[in-house]
Amino acid sequence: MAKITMREAISQALMEEMDRDPAVFIMGEEVGVWGGTYAVTKGFYDKYGPERVKDTPIAENAIIGGAIGAAMVGQRPIAELMTINFAFSAMDYIVNQAPKLRYMFGGQFEVPMVIRAVGGGGRQLGATHSQTPDAMFAHFPGLVVVSPGTPADAKGLLKSAIRSNDPVLFIEHATMYQVRGEVPEGEYIVPLGKSTIQRSGKDVTIVTYCKGLELSLKAAEELAKQGIEAEIVDLRTLRPLDMGPVLESFKKTNRAVVVEEGWKSYGVGAEVVSRMYEEAFDYADAPILRVAQKEVPLPYNRSLEQAALPQVSDIVTAVKEVLK
Amino acid sequence: MEKEKSLQMYYEMVLIRRVEERGVELYQAGKIGGFMHLYIGQEAVSTGLIAAREPRDRVITAYRDHGVALNCGISANEVMAELLGKVTGTSKGKGGSMHMADTTKNMWGGHAIVGGHLPIAAGLALGDQYAGNDNITICMFGDGATNIGYFHEALNLAKTWNLRVLWVCENNQYGMGTAVERASAVTEIRQKAEGYGMKNGQADGMDVTKVYAAAQEALQYIRETGHPYLLEVDTYRFRGHSMGDPERYRKQEEVKKWQENDPIGIFRAYLLRENIATDVELDALDAKAEAETQKSVEFAEASPEPGLEELFKDIYAA
Ligand SMILES: Cc1ncc(C[n+]2csc(CCOP(=O)(O)OP(=O)(O)O)c2C)c(N)n1
Ligand SMILES: [Mg+2]
Repeated sequence: MAKITMREAISQALMEEMDRDPAVFIMGEEVGVWGGTYAVTKGFYDKYGPERVKDTPIAENAIIGGAIGAAMVGQRPIAELMTINFAFSAMDYIVNQAPKLRYMFGGQFEVPMVIRAVGGGGRQLGATHSQTPDAMFAHFPGLVVVSPGTPADAKGLLKSAIRSNDPVLFIEHATMYQVRGEVPEGEYIVPLGKSTIQRSGKDVTIVTYCKGLELSLKAAEELAKQGIEAEIVDLRTLRPLDMGPVLESFKKTNRAVVVEEGWKSYGVGAEVVSRMYEEAFDYADAPILRVAQKEVPLPYNRSLEQAALPQVSDIVTAVKEVLK
Repeated sequence: MEKEKSLQMYYEMVLIRRVEERGVELYQAGKIGGFMHLYIGQEAVSTGLIAAREPRDRVITAYRDHGVALNCGISANEVMAELLGKVTGTSKGKGGSMHMADTTKNMWGGHAIVGGHLPIAAGLALGDQYAGNDNITICMFGDGATNIGYFHEALNLAKTWNLRVLWVCENNQYGMGTAVERASAVTEIRQKAEGYGMKNGQADGMDVTKVYAAAQEALQYIRETGHPYLLEVDTYRFRGHSMGDPERYRKQEEVKKWQENDPIGIFRAYLLRENIATDVELDALDAKAEAETQKSVEFAEASPEPGLEELFKDIYAA
């Protein structure tokens, strides 16, 4: 199997789906002539032309709203938000229109669209440009929220997202485009709404996704050196949330830590931990802990920003705490 | 133009250029991170505009804000320190390149969400209208920002409520890699003001004397009538959109053609031609700007990083 980067995996999925289905097209800021702000659609403009790789004005409402309309009449647009921070400029369409149109009109409409967005901190971009607001979007029924942590999952999940008949928000991480991993060539599908075990272990369960997976894998290596075997469950899809593998693992280890890059309050961990207590309270041998971002807007200064973001060492500390 | 004012404007333009050139070096050395949008090529715009304001007039702009900060009287020391993320910077190192502000200088910030500061600008003017003063808010933004809803909502509100705002569109021909005609239904941005019944004008942004004159006229109109005004200024950024822009969207010849119209060169030639200043005087200002820049780098490098306690400060006022 070929080892490729996250960027290449996403690119591959987009190309394969565009080749397969002429209804698929891309629209967003700088996706065409520039080749994508993160170079994911480099070469697409020359290959598919301006009809299928549409550079839009800076107009997030028109990008998402327009994609919704095109999807309603049978196209399969992939609307790109340059970063997820600009989703706030199109909030009504993302949470108040796309997820509700089908239900509210008694199932008459379908909105088969994908919103690709880059999130995450760690690049010194300041408070408005560094957020990980995934949990907020996962709050809304009717929206599917996906955020892969490996190149293979990125490819397989994106292909599923494009083929899905529902609006899918697909969240990538700005610091993970160079992450490498084995990715099957050609047709490779990962179903939406399925969590998976990314590392097996018997001592403790770490539940995480996206950037949290990268950090947790590193933490697990350190812990292994100290004789602690962590099992890592990757959520991959935040809504609908698949608790199956989480509960299965927790029932085995009886101790867990949830890791996310976003803020702790009202976050992914808050949801996951509640469900664990609701559904497996009797299995807990220690309070479940959460590792997340400090409750501050992210600052520009590098040391301060790193101090606010969850680190590998925070995970190691939390794991040791639940094992006490 | 009167001599003292002219020389000050010339000095500010050169200072912006030098500070940003050093900024590039420090960025490449890894001492500045994140985004850094250079104003090089556009110096005449904010210099001319801000020279025409009264100190009580407020200024607000987008992330391309180093020049605006310096023109408003923020020191090169504070600008450089903010670029380096130091506690002595305009925003204590927490804002970075895109977020310079100093309310005591009536500089209400660089803002990083495209078009996001336009309704806020209308709000600054609303606050002044409510207070019953005749302060004007000068709000600067790019051509690309006129395609987002924020622009249209803000202009409509400003005209409907007659808020004292000077809207200044810096048309530098591109929003990132997208040329104006690829993103805007009309390429003459000022036409967008017509839809809101707003008085508007246009100026050559490579010539600071023209920007200054156009700004004076617009500000006088706003002060007298209490109505908003939109000024379109044609300009060009000589560098990439931010650092690390591959610039696939424009031809080198086009960049060269504009660079031949360097706003500093144009102004210098004007000052000499009109016998407003001598080469000796202008060279001295160049040297002063160079020294000020050097001093700012030393100041910024020697300044401390914000301490960990800063992380949790200034989230809430109370
Ligand atoms: C709402 C929003 N969408 C997208 C961006 C990303 N972005 C930053 S600057 C920029 C281009 C803006 O162009 P223009 O308004 O012409 O200003 P210029 O950079 O040319 O000064 C874009 C798309 C953003 N910051 N905010
Ligand atoms: Mg522009």
